Amino acid sequence: MSALVVVQDLVKTFGAGLTETPVLRGLNLTLQAGELSALLGPSGSGKSTLLTILGTLMQPTSGAHQMLGQDLVRATDSARTAFRNQHIGFVFQFHNLLPDFTALENVIFPAAVRAGRETGVARARGMDLLTRMGLQDRIHFPTAHLSGGQKQRVAVARALMNRPELVLADEPTGNLDRASASQVMQLIAQINKDEGTTFLISTHDEKIAALCARQLVVVDGQVEG
Amino acid sequence: MLYALKIAGRYLTASKAQTGLLVMGVAVGVFIFIFMSALIGGLAELILSRTVGDIAHVSIQAEPEDPALLLTGTPLLVQQKSTTAAANLPTATNFVPLIESLPGVRAVSPQISGSGFITHGAQVAQVSINGLMPGRESAITNLDSYVVDGTARLGAGSILIGKRLAEDLNLLLGQSVRLSSTKGIETALTVTGIYQIGAGGLDRRTAYISLGTARTLFAMPQGLTRVEIKLNDLYAADAIAPQITDLTGLTAKSWTVDGAQFLEALSAQAKTGVLLKSFALITIVIGVASALLLSTYRRRPEIGIMRAMGASQRFVVLVFVLQGALIGLMGGLLGAAMGYAALLPFPAGGQFRTGSLPIDIRQGSYGLAIALTLLGAILASIWPARAAAKVDPVEAIGQ
Repeated sequence: MSALVVVQDLVKTFGAGLTETPVLRGLNLTLQAGELSALLGPSGSGKSTLLTILGTLMQPTSGAHQMLGQDLVRATDSARTAFRNQHIGFVFQFHNLLPDFTALENVIFPAAVRAGRETGVARARGMDLLTRMGLQDRIHFPTAHLSGGQKQRVAVARALMNRPELVLADEPTGNLDRASASQVMQLIAQINKDEGTTFLISTHDEKIAALCARQLVVVDGQVEG
Repeated sequence: MLYALKIAGRYLTASKAQTGLLVMGVAVGVFIFIFMSALIGGLAELILSRTVGDIAHVSIQAEPEDPALLLTGTPLLVQQKSTTAAANLPTATNFVPLIESLPGVRAVSPQISGSGFITHGAQVAQVSINGLMPGRESAITNLDSYVVDGTARLGAGSILIGKRLAEDLNLLLGQSVRLSSTKGIETALTVTGIYQIGAGGLDRRTAYISLGTARTLFAMPQGLTRVEIKLNDLYAADAIAPQITDLTGLTAKSWTVDGAQFLEALSAQAKTGVLLKSFALITIVIGVASALLLSTYRRRPEIGIMRAMGASQRFVVLVFVLQGALIGLMGGLLGAAMGYAALLPFPAGGQFRTGSLPIDIRQGSYGLAIALTLLGAILASIWPARAAAKVDPVEAIGQ
């Protein structure tokens, strides 16, 4: 396995002066390609902040962040946006689907926004992903008509649309019942195995973490494990 | 672009009632714009047709000659300059076909004019006499449209008089009058037409006779006293008058020389129109901008999701600008259709009915209204779109 993500001396501080709050304090982390890792830690430990920085949605205060050999700290906003679209997928705790779109339209969004239109190839890939998620009979359903578990599976399919090397999942099962959570995790594990996609899953759930090959714990703004 | 258009369209169709209200708001603004255009344009046309429409746009008239010296040497005694007998343009008749052939010239009216007295029984009235060429009676002033009794056609022995004059002299159609010129020549004529322009002075003081009768009356076997020219575009008078002067060697004068105040009034009216239409446009722009700003605020989480999924700031801007453009286009088309429908009952072609609004359906500026609305809506959407593009995805998703 080769290093997909390398983070060194990562510092993130919010606020300034009296309100200055350090969240990440010189964090170091390397994610190998194809890893299925769990990110554990108490609330407020900086798990979400780390995922946000790894997902190029937020810039660190200082430190180095590289992925696929690219320096993402020095990259421009538009370069980071294009990189994010091509190489990183997101699954949020609350599905965060586009409410006025169907399941398929949500799934193919990352590909369509990249191509500037909905291509036939993207539609075929989207339908395949939804079928693999067990949603073949919900492809053209507006997302408002889907259950919580179904929405989260649509979100997983969307995260995989552009065949990203890294999928960042922030409490992906935190809002689901036990059966739905198990179903989503099984799908993630299967995709990790079949396609070699790297997953970093933030969770409080020890059972979910146990399904992952590697457990990383964020303590005092640093990663252990 | 295509995908941004799809998303913009989806956002609009997702909240149909809100979009419908917004489009209707824009349409009302466009409707006002079109209605004002038709009203102001129609009003200008009415004023023009009632004033400049019935006068010569270019005229050739010889200045009365300088008074003759009655004593040579030190000029202590001179003849008073004539104010009643017009000077002769001996060569003007020859130039009529040439002037007629000029581009932009609609009609030419050769005339012999002067003053005289009209007598009916014991009643006498002073009149201004206009000798017009038969067949061209309505070339300048549309006498045909003002005739209330008889005909505007002039022939040998016929006279056309105003209604006020007919009333003053107790004249009826077909009755005979005697017309004498300042040259002391008198002739008997039959009233073949009575007109009513509506201007008291004209209706009481102007009589029209044929050019041939006028030649006899003013003892002018050749030449003319005046040539009146009507143009297709009255605003071309300043350009065409010098051309006529160059071609004929006669002094041709544009109507604008004596109509500066009228032009100023027309210009002020046009400016008022532009101002009113601008207000309508500003209303549209503010409406679209505020609605889109609200929309971007409401859709902040979705914008955050799109940005997280790799949508560029430019893409987000495009989505909201296209949304504004679609609103502008739909509102513009609907407003133009509403405006056209509302203007349909009004007569086309500037045929205004007395007492009704002087609205000209042709002057609705439909294309301009749609284009300006589209442009205004696009401009109005830029600010909200830029605000949307600057949404922090982390913050927005966390909402």
